Formats: sequence, C-alpha cells, structure tokens
Amino acid sequence: MPIIQVERLTKTFGTLVAVNDISFDVEEGMIFGFLGPNGAGKTTTISILCTLLSPTSGRTLIAGFDCMREPAKVRKSIGIVFQDTTLDKDLTAYENLVFHAYLYSLPKAERRERVDAVLRFVDLYDRKDDLVRKFSGGMKRRLEVARGLLHRPRVLFLDEPTLGLDPQSRSNLWEFITELPKKHNVTIFMTTHYMEEAEVCDRIAIIDHGKIIAMDSPEELKKMVGGDVVSITTTDNARARHDIEHLFRMNVAEKENALYVTCSRGDTCIPELIRTLGERVLSVRIQRPTLNDVFLKLTGKTIRDEEVSGNDSIRASIRAHRRR
Amino acid sequence: MELNAIYVIVAREIKKFIREKSRLISALARPLLWLFIVGAGISRLVPLEAGVPYTQFIYPGIIGMTILFSSILSSISIIWDKEFGFLKEILVAPVSRFSIVVGKALSGTIVSTIQASLILALFPFLGFQLTVLQILAVLCICASLSFCLSAFGIVLATFYDNYESFSVIMNFIIMPMFFLSGAMYPVKLLPDILKIVTKLNPLTYGIDALKHVIFPQGIGTMGPDFSVLTNIAVIALASLAFVLIAGKAFERKQ
Repeated sequence: MPIIQVERLTKTFGTLVAVNDISFDVEEGMIFGFLGPNGAGKTTTISILCTLLSPTSGRTLIAGFDCMREPAKVRKSIGIVFQDTTLDKDLTAYENLVFHAYLYSLPKAERRERVDAVLRFVDLYDRKDDLVRKFSGGMKRRLEVARGLLHRPRVLFLDEPTLGLDPQSRSNLWEFITELPKKHNVTIFMTTHYMEEAEVCDRIAIIDHGKIIAMDSPEELKKMVGGDVVSITTTDNARARHDIEHLFRMNVAEKENALYVTCSRGDTCIPELIRTLGERVLSVRIQRPTLNDVFLKLTGKTIRDEEVSGNDSIRASIRAHRRR
Repeated sequence: MELNAIYVIVAREIKKFIREKSRLISALARPLLWLFIVGAGISRLVPLEAGVPYTQFIYPGIIGMTILFSSILSSISIIWDKEFGFLKEILVAPVSRFSIVVGKALSGTIVSTIQASLILALFPFLGFQLTVLQILAVLCICASLSFCLSAFGIVLATFYDNYESFSVIMNFIIMPMFFLSGAMYPVKLLPDILKIVTKLNPLTYGIDALKHVIFPQGIGTMGPDFSVLTNIAVIALASLAFVLIAGKAFERKQ
C-alpha cells in the first residue's frame, strides 16, 4: 500500500483554485519531489496533508489514515519542516527538542537518549545548550530536520528546505537529506522550486497552476526534452553545418557563432562529429537536459520567470527587525 | 487530558518568563504607578467612606488590573507564535486542541498569579491587616480570575493574527475592560449604559470578589456590588465558555 495517497484533491480559496483535482501516490521509502513555481499549490497541498487545512474536495491518506477523519493518527505518523522556521528562538536547541518530545509523548526513559541521538545525527550536539537565535540558517534547518525525525515518523515533509540558505549549507543539507530514507526508514515528501535540487528525487511531480502536468523519475522526465544538446564552434560554420545536415541528417541551429545539434546520446555523438569535421572543430560543448528544460517544454516558460516579488523577503526582514 | 503536552506548554512559558526579567519589572511598574500616583492624587478629591481611603478602595481593582494585563499579554504571545511560526509546531502535533488551550491558559494563570501576589505583598504599606485566611482567599480568586482572563486572551489571539493588532487590543479591549470593571469607581454609581457594559465584563466579578474578601466589614457605597456566589458562578462559566470557543477556533482552517 502506498504511504501517501491523494485522490482528486481540490482546494479553492474564494475564486482562486489553488489545487485543481490532483491525484498521486507515494511509495514507502522514496524521495518524492513536488516541483513547481511559487504559487503553484505546493504549500497548500502540504498543509492539507499535514492536517492544518481542510480540502474543498477529495481524499488524502497517510499511512492508511484519513487526514480529515483521523488527524491525530496522521499527526503521529508525520514530521514536518516548514518553509519558515518554526523553532522557538528564545529556547536552546536542546529545549526545542525536549518540547517536541513531550508534545509527541515520547516514553520518559527514551526522551533524553533520543534527543541526544538526533542532535548528534545533525551534528549539533556541541551546540545543544545555545539559544537558537544564535544559529545560522543552515543550523536551524538541520535542527528542524532533527526535530521532525525525533518521534520516528513514517513520512517527513520538507517544504522548500533550502530556501534562504547559502550554496554551501544547501549542498550539505542535500547530502544529509538523501541519506534519510535508508538511515531513518522514512519516506520524504519535499517541495522545491529549485530545479537542480529536484534531481535527488526518486520521483517528481511537476505542478503548475494547481495541476500536476507530469510525474516520473528525473531521468524519464528529461527524456521528454529529446536528448542532449551539443554545441560546436568551427573555423567555417556554414560548411560544417552543411556537412552535418547532409551526413547525419540532423537539424542544426546556429546561434552566436555556434552550431547546436540535439541528439539522444551526446557522449557517442561527439566523437562522430569530430571525426567528420576533422581539424575544423574549435570547441565542443555538451549540455545535458535539465528539469528546467522539462518545465520549459511543458509550460513554455522557465520556472524562474515565476518567482514572486520581494514581498516575502520584506516580511522576513520586518520580523527580524522586530525581534531585536 | 494530555498532561505531557499541557506540562510542556506551561514549562516553556514559565522558562521564558524567568529569562525575561525586564518583562516582570515593567509588569509591576504599571500597578504601582496607579496605586501610588493616580490613587494618591484622587484620594484628595474623594471623601473617606466608612473609614476607607480611596487608595485602599482601589487596591482590589489594582490587583485585578495586574491580572488583566498580565493574563491577556501572556495569551497574546500566541500572536507572536503565529507570526514566528512556532504555533505550527504545536498545531501539527498529535495533541487535542483543548489541551493546547488549557496549557496556554494555565501558563497565563501562573504568571499572572505570581505578579498579583507581589502586589498583594504590599498590603501592610497600605494600612491593611489581612489574616492568612484572607490572603489565601485572595490568591484563589486571583488564580481563577487569571485563568478566565487568560482564556479570554486566547480567544482574542485567535481572531487577530499580526502584531499590528496589538495596539488595537490594548486600546480598545484591555483599557476599557479596566475602566469598566469597578476597579476605580463602584459599579452602582455608574450611568445605566456603562453599568450594562460593566456587567458583561468578567473582570468586574473578579474584582468584586476581591472586595468581599478584603473589606469583610462592608464599606457602604464603596463596597461590593454582587454576591460572592454570583462572582464565582460568572467567572467559572466565562472560563468554560472561553476555553470552548478558543479550542474550536484552533481547529483546522477552512
């Protein structure tokens, strides 16, 4: 039985259809990614799965429990790392985790031990008695993941886990997240609007305007684009173009003094091209398709175009200011 | 009842209360200003009645005020928790919404009762002679009133969800509640329309109960306006109603 089952889920806010009749299953033990631009309906879906929001229609089950009818059982089965930090900055890392341990009624005898274990796992044991307000963004996120795992949930939700982190902490966090399913026997459900980051997923659902427009493994999705793009510069582009078109029967595009050829396997295509064109070749470059290309192909726009205004960051800075 | 959850919600608030010493000092400054500056000034205008000077008359009201401010401010920390996301951590936990409300209300109760008892400790300086029994009775009333007002504060916090609403609550809810509670003047002397509002205010009954205990000898028009039984019944029913409303309001969003 799939660990997450979503059947014909719809959520409207007034006239706005945030989630429009989506259905999908997530198998146990995988990393499932919800990929789409801001405002596509990712956070709304997570809020419904986490029992914080009622759906307009449709059914959602987690570990076999209905999110509407058995919220307490669903809540016990899930851990969540929200988009914005939900730590108490005026408590220490240790206190935040102990708070969680009590809230989830962890057995008294195991409380300390398990808190210590997750702190070690996220490499924050040495900082456990520091107030969370002194932590960097990456440390806070790691602490939240630790907290999400403390009660041994079957599904861990990560809503934009790397938002606002520097590249270094980002890649560290990914390394760490990809280890979770095996080490902690947990299924990961994550959302992101960073295409590169979705590569770690076993399966991806691409969502846009509340609809799932594609769902598959990253490799399969990328095949939709039609293969690798090889770009070549030569001493005589016109002649090279003529040769490629006639000998390989491939379409060639020319842009900014370079020739672009699309082929299913770039690694075998390049030697052939070089053999044919010989010494005329000046440079060769291969570009593998990215999930961004997939999104572009499916929607006709890149995901970055959709980035929302600076509203969120303004709000965040007001918050930061107020707390001083 | 999920005692683990209630315990940890209370423990968090108490821990933060102890860490923020400035909060306690500013919370105590307000009643002291009212008692010794406003009270002392007005007592020059108001004649003694049954041997009770005005500064003594307002003493129960000032204890009530201490509770009003600290209970509601304590509950309003929920707005902070909403704004900074911590509330979500509590709401996704497998804990009933009522345990969350009760935990929050008990936190407010403890913090407020501590502050009220510090004001109560001033009684010898105001010329009172209270017995141990009276002191215990006052503390019991303080605790029940604190619970009631903390629960009311949670209801308020569920309606407002950003910190801009803070001054609205301060100016349009807390201050009128204080002025229309019989704290500064006896309810029976108010114009009819204000009398109605005063009777809808749970703080009125808490202060009235305190007057019963602090002035057992009866002090004419300055004395209590309601019976002890009425006071207790209103506070108990109001507490129950607020907890139920707040618990409902914490349910899943539509």
